[in-house]
Amino acid sequence: MGVRSWFEGWPVYRQLTGTDPLGRGAASKSAGSLSLTARTDTADSMAKSVCPYCAVGCAQRVYVKDGQVSQIEGDPDSPISQGRLCPKGAASKSLVTSPLRETKVRYRRPYGTEWEDLDLDTAMNMIADRVLAARDETWEDVDAEGRPLNRTLGISSLGGATLDNEENYLIKKLFTAMGALQIENQARI
Amino acid sequence: MPHVNSLYGPLDPALDAGYVDAPPRMGFFTDTSVCIGCKACEVACKEWNLVPESGLDLLGMSYDNTGALTANSWRHVAFVEQPRSVGWATPAFRDTPDGPPVSPETAAVGAHTSTDTGTYPGLPPGSPAAAARMSGGPEFLGMPGAQPPGRGAGAEGRTDFRWLMMSDVCKHCTHAACLDVCPTGSLFRTEFGTVVVQEDICNGCGYCISACPYGVIDQRKDDGRAWKCTLCYDRLGVGMTPACAQACPTESIQYGELDELRERAAARVATLHERGVPEARLYGHDPNDGVGGDGAFFLLLDEPEVYGLPPDPIVTTRDLPAMWKRAGLAAMTMAAATAVAFLGRRP
Amino acid sequence: MAEAHPVGFQWVMAAKRRGAKVFHVDPRFTRTSALADSYLPIRAGTDIALLGGVVRYILENELDFREYVVSYTNAATIVTEEYLDTEDMHGLFSGFKEENASYDQKSWRYEGIGQNAATRDTETQRETAAGLEHESHGAPVNGQTERDETLQHPRCVYQILKRHFARYTPEMVERVCGISQEKFLELAQAWTQNSGRERTGMLVYSVGWTQHSVGVQYIRTGAIIQLLLGNMGRPGGGVMALRGHASIQGSTDIPTLFNLLPGYLPMPHHADHPTFDEWVDSIRHPGQKGFWGDARTYGVNLLKAYWGDAATAENDYCYGYLPRMTGDHGTYQQVLNMIDGKVKGYFLLGQNPAVGSAHGRAQRLGMANLDWLVVRDLFMIESATFWQHAPEIETGEIVPEECRTEVFFLPAASHVEKEGSFTQTQRLLQWREKAVEPPGDARSELWFFYHLGRIIRERLARSTRPRDRALLDLSWHYPTHGPSAEPSAESVLYEINGYEVASGRPLSTFTEMKDDGSTAGGCWIYTGVYADGVNQAARRKSRHEQDWVAAEWGWAWPANRRILYNRASADPDGNPWSERKKYVWWDPDKAEWTGYDVPDFEKKKPPSYRPPAGSSGVAALAGDDPFVLQGDGKGWLYAPTGVLDGPMPTHYEPVESPVRNPLYRQQANPTRKVYTHPINTLNPSPPEEHSQVFPYVFTVSRLTEHHTAGGMSRTVRPLAELQPEMFVEVSPELAAEVGLAHLGWAHLVTTRAAIEAKVLVTDRLTPLRVDGRIIHQVWLPYHFGFEGLVTGDSANDLFGISLDPNVLIQESKVGTCDVRPGRRPRGQDLLDLVVDYRRRSGDLGPHYPPQVTTDAADSGRDREV
Repeated sequence: MGVRSWFEGWPVYRQLTGTDPLGRGAASKSAGSLSLTARTDTADSMAKSVCPYCAVGCAQRVYVKDGQVSQIEGDPDSPISQGRLCPKGAASKSLVTSPLRETKVRYRRPYGTEWEDLDLDTAMNMIADRVLAARDETWEDVDAEGRPLNRTLGISSLGGATLDNEENYLIKKLFTAMGALQIENQARI
Repeated sequence: MPHVNSLYGPLDPALDAGYVDAPPRMGFFTDTSVCIGCKACEVACKEWNLVPESGLDLLGMSYDNTGALTANSWRHVAFVEQPRSVGWATPAFRDTPDGPPVSPETAAVGAHTSTDTGTYPGLPPGSPAAAARMSGGPEFLGMPGAQPPGRGAGAEGRTDFRWLMMSDVCKHCTHAACLDVCPTGSLFRTEFGTVVVQEDICNGCGYCISACPYGVIDQRKDDGRAWKCTLCYDRLGVGMTPACAQACPTESIQYGELDELRERAAARVATLHERGVPEARLYGHDPNDGVGGDGAFFLLLDEPEVYGLPPDPIVTTRDLPAMWKRAGLAAMTMAAATAVAFLGRRP
Repeated sequence: MAEAHPVGFQWVMAAKRRGAKVFHVDPRFTRTSALADSYLPIRAGTDIALLGGVVRYILENELDFREYVVSYTNAATIVTEEYLDTEDMHGLFSGFKEENASYDQKSWRYEGIGQNAATRDTETQRETAAGLEHESHGAPVNGQTERDETLQHPRCVYQILKRHFARYTPEMVERVCGISQEKFLELAQAWTQNSGRERTGMLVYSVGWTQHSVGVQYIRTGAIIQLLLGNMGRPGGGVMALRGHASIQGSTDIPTLFNLLPGYLPMPHHADHPTFDEWVDSIRHPGQKGFWGDARTYGVNLLKAYWGDAATAENDYCYGYLPRMTGDHGTYQQVLNMIDGKVKGYFLLGQNPAVGSAHGRAQRLGMANLDWLVVRDLFMIESATFWQHAPEIETGEIVPEECRTEVFFLPAASHVEKEGSFTQTQRLLQWREKAVEPPGDARSELWFFYHLGRIIRERLARSTRPRDRALLDLSWHYPTHGPSAEPSAESVLYEINGYEVASGRPLSTFTEMKDDGSTAGGCWIYTGVYADGVNQAARRKSRHEQDWVAAEWGWAWPANRRILYNRASADPDGNPWSERKKYVWWDPDKAEWTGYDVPDFEKKKPPSYRPPAGSSGVAALAGDDPFVLQGDGKGWLYAPTGVLDGPMPTHYEPVESPVRNPLYRQQANPTRKVYTHPINTLNPSPPEEHSQVFPYVFTVSRLTEHHTAGGMSRTVRPLAELQPEMFVEVSPELAAEVGLAHLGWAHLVTTRAAIEAKVLVTDRLTPLRVDGRIIHQVWLPYHFGFEGLVTGDSANDLFGISLDPNVLIQESKVGTCDVRPGRRPRGQDLLDLVVDYRRRSGDLGPHYPPQVTTDAADSGRDREV
C-alpha cells in the first residue's frame, strides 16, 4: 500500500474530503469493514450434504477452510427445504465442531472406576475377540426338533436411524452372516 | 422532506452518510403472524457471526430462555401467552373445563428471572406488573382473583388462547442514535443503509447503549465492546441473504429492498384484515415515526408493548443539533481524537 | 409439526396462505397449535375414538367419494359370515384365543376363498413384528373376490365398517376424548368438504400415533378416512408419516431390525420357513395379485448379493446360512434378557437407550449386566457412562466396583466426515458428499463394520466349522481409500442397487432382476438408485430448473416415484379426477400412462384391462387396481388378514389409563405384547382397583430446540442454551390442585421411577372433561439425561414396557402417574418412595393388568352402550 493510498484511507481524510462530512458512513469504514467478505466466499471447498437431525431431509452446503468446517448453510436449490434450516440444522456446524466431541477411543475395564486410553487397532481386535467368543458361547445350531437356527442370541445391537443406508447394509450383512439376529434400531422405538 | 439536520424525519440514510451510487436500502420485514418460534434465527445468527453463549438458565418466560437482545444474542424470539383470540382460529379451549387464565401470573414470575448473559447491561429482571399486563392482553384488568383456578369449571373458565412469537432484532433505524453518539466512528452506516458496529474500532465507551431507544445495544463483559446485529454486512457484500432470514423456515423473517418489503408488508396486513385478524398492524415501517422508520420492521398482532417494544420510539439524538451548536468545538476535538486513535493502532 | 419438523412446516404455511384450513390435535397447545386454524386438545391415547367419529360421520352422511371408494377400495368386497364384530363381542373380534391372547384370523376373510389358510399363526406374527413387512406391501389375500358394487350387501366391507363405527358418535367422541361435539364437527366438516374430485386433504402424524399399544390401528383409522374421502395416491392427499431421524426410513428399508431383511423380506422363522421355497411362498402367496408375486426374484438377488459366487441354485443361494427367529428378539426383549444375564455383548450405534428408550432404569440395569458394551457416538452419552453417573449409582443399584461390563467408547464420524445416503421421510434418498476427514480416532460405521468383518474373517480363515461358512463365504470385497482405509460407500450403494453378475452392469429397475442367479441386488426396492452407473441419489438439480415434482433431485424408491399408488389420481377410465388435481393419467393416443410423476402402474396396461381367470401376480392386476402391492389391488378399509389386533380399528384405552373404556367392556388392546418380567411392573387401570393412586395422565414429546435423547443437542451450545433445563408443563388447574408454583419443582411418580422437573404452569395445558370426570394431563420433554451441557431427569424413566402387537413399538406416549410438589427424594429414599407407591397401588409383586377384561373385573357395571 503506497503512502498516498494509505493517507486516502485515513478516515479523517475521507471525512473531510468526501461525501460524508459527519463521518457516519463511507468515511468511517474501518480496515476490517473494508476488507470484509463472507467466509463462504473464501472457503476452499464446499460439500453438498443433508442435515443429520430429523427426516425432513434439508439440504446443506458444508463449507471447508483449511481442513475445518467453517460454515454450514441451507441449500437454496433444494425443493424440500428451499435453503431453510431449523435451529438444530442451523447448529450443525457447532455439532460437528463441538469441543465436547470425543475423538479418542476410551476404555472402561470391568469393575473400573475411570476411563482409560486405548489404541484404535487394539480396540478393534479386542472387540473382534469378544464378538467371536460371545458367538461361540451362545451359538445355536438347531432347535429342539433339529430344525436349523444358525444363530447367536448372545450379541445385541441398537442403532442405525441416523446412519447411512450403506452403513446399515453392511451392519445387517455382517451380523446376519455371524448369525447375530438381535439387531435393532430407532425405527422400533 | 428530510429534516435539514438529517437527524430526524424521512431520509435515505446511505446517501446521507456519503455513499454515492449506493445500492437500494436493505432491511428485514419480520411477519410475526407466521412465526413458529423455532429460534432458527437465533441459532443461524450465532453460527454465522460466532456469537458466544448467553446463559443456561430456564427463565420461565414461556419458551423464551434468551430473554432479550444482548451483545450475545442478536436475534431474540419473544413468546407471549395470552388468554385472547387469534383472529384466524377457532377458540382454543372452548368447552374445556378450565379455570381462569394463568398467563399473566406466570409472566409476572418469569419477569423476576434473569441469567448471566456475559454482557452488560445484559438481561436485568423485568417488571412483573408490566409482564402480567402484556400477557393479559389489552383487556387485562389486573391480576387474576384470589380464587384458586380450576375450581369453578365452565363459564368463568378460559376459552381462548393465543401464543404470540416474534423474532426481535436491531432495528437499523433511519436515524440511529447509537451511531450519532459513537465517539470513535465504530458504529457506522453501511452502503445498504444498515447500522454496524465495527469491532476493530469499538473502544467500549458504552455511549451507544443508553442512546438506543430500543435497548438493543449491549456490551460484552470480557472485552467491553458493543455487539449487535450487523444485518450480516459481510454476507450482504457478496449478495447473500442474512443468516437468520436464510434459515427462517416459514418466511417470517423476510430480507430485501426496504421499499419492496414495505409494499409486501402493507399487502400482508390487508390480507390478514380480510381474514379476520383486525389486530394485525405494522411497527417501525413509517418513515415519519420517531426514528425515521426502521430498516427492520415488523408485523405485530398486538400492541408493541406486548412484545417488549417501545410504543413510540424517538431517536435519542433528535435534539443533538441544538446541542452541537454549543459544543461544536468539542465535537471536532473528538473527531481528531478518533483519527489519532486510528493512527496510533497502525503497526 | 412446527415443533419437531419446522422446515417441513413451511409447506403447511404455504398451503395456509393458499386457503388451506389447518387442524391440530394434541394433548397440549404447541407451536403448531399457535398457527393452526383450529386446535383440538385431546386426551392422550384416544385418537381412534376421534378418527372413528370421523369415519362414522362420513358413512352416516354418505360423504364418501363414492366412485373412488367403489372402484379403488375393498368397500364392495363381501366378508364371510363367520366374521363377528366388536359390536357383538364386547370389544373383541371373532377368533380371539384366550390362551395366548391372539386372534385366529380365519373368520375375518373375504367370502368364498380360503385365503388365510397359509397365514402364519398370529402369535408368531406378533412375536416377529410381522406387521413391519407390510411397510411396502399388503398382507396376503387371494386376488379374486366377491363384490357388491351397490354396497348394499349386509356383509360387504362398507356395511361392516358402518356398523363397526356406529357407536363412535359425536357424543361418544366428547365422552372419550374430551373434545367438544362442536369442535369435532368442525373437523369432520372441514375434512369432508375439502376432499373429493377438486380437493384433497392430507393427514400428518408422527410418533404421537405410533408409540401406543394400538399404534398401528391409529394409522389404519387415518388411512380408512383418507380412502373413504379419495385422498390416497393423489397430490395434496395421503397419510404422511413425519419421521424423526435422518434416515429412519432407510433403516427400515435396509433394516437393522431383527425380523426383516432388506426390502421388507422377512427374516426366516425356524418353524415357518425351513426351506427356501417355503420362505418364498410365504412372501409371494401363490395366487395373489401384485408385484410381490416376484418375491423369489427379490430373495435370490439378496442372497446373491450377500454370498456372491457361493450362492447357487443348487444350494438355494445359501438360504441355509440365514439365522432363524424363534420368537420375539426385539430391543425390549433383549434388554430384559440382559437383566437376566443372557446377553454377552451389546453394540450401541448412535443410539442412547439410557435416555431414549422406555423404562430407562431397565435399560441401564441391562447394560450393567453385560460382558461388554461397544458405544459408537459423537459424544460421551449416558449409555456410555451409566457405570459412572447413572441415577442407579446414587440409589446403590449400580456399584462401579461391582459392575463387570467392559465398555468400549469409539468416536464416530459425523455426517460431514463421511459419504453416504440418507432416506428421508418421503422415501427420498439423498447423497451426502464428504466435506472433511473425521478427527482423531473417529470413524464411520462403514469403516467400523467393514474392518470388524475383515478381522473376524481373518481370524476364522482356517476354520472348518459349518457355522463359520456364512462368514467365510460372505461377499466382503469393497474398495478402500485414504489413510484410514475407508471403504467406498458408492461401491456399497452399487451392490444395494444390484447388477448383472456376468457383466457388472448396474440394474436400472427391479423388473430387470432374474431369479436364476444371473443378477444380484441387495435391496430390490432401491434398484434404480445406481441406474446407468450414476449415483441418482446425488442428483442436485436446482428446484428453479425443474417442475414442482422435482424428479431430478435425489431419488425416491421405488423407481423414483414421488407419490405411491398414483394411479388413483386418475379415475377408473384413466382420466384425471379434475383438472386441478391432475397428476398421472392414461394417454389414449400413445396408449400409455403419463403425467408429472413416474406412474405407479405398468406403463402400457390400459385402464380397461381385465385379467384372465386364474392369473396371478402382476398380470392379475386389473387396469383399475391402483394399489399394486396389495393382494387384491385395492385399498383396504377392512383388513381381512395381517393386522393382528383386528380387521378394523377399535378404541382401546392405553395400558395405563385413569379411565374405564367408555366404548366397550374390553379395556385395553387384548393382543398387546406383554412382558411379565419383575422389573416391568405396570400401574393399575380401571376396572382394576387402586388406579386412583396414579390419577394423572402424562405424555412426552420433543421440543424444537432439542433432538431425541439429547446426544446431538444437549451437547451443542447454541441449542442447549435455548432449552436449558428439564421441565414439566401443567395446567393452572392442576397446579392449584397439587400445589405447584411456576418455576418451582415437582416430581412425578410411577411404579417404575420418580423423576423431578421444574414446573411451567401454562394455559397451554387444559384439564378435560372425560366421561363425566375431570382428567388432568401433564407434558414433559424426553430429551434430558445426566450428561451434556444441560442435564435433567429422563422422562422415559417413568414408562413401563407394553408394545403394539403388530410392530412391537412401545407405548411411550401415554401413561399414568402421580404429581407431587418439590424435588424427588435421593438415594434409598427414592427407592422407598417408589416401593410405597407400589404398595399403595396393589402389592409389591410385579403387576401386569389382565389382557382380557371380564365382566367380573368390571364390578358388575354394564359397559354396553
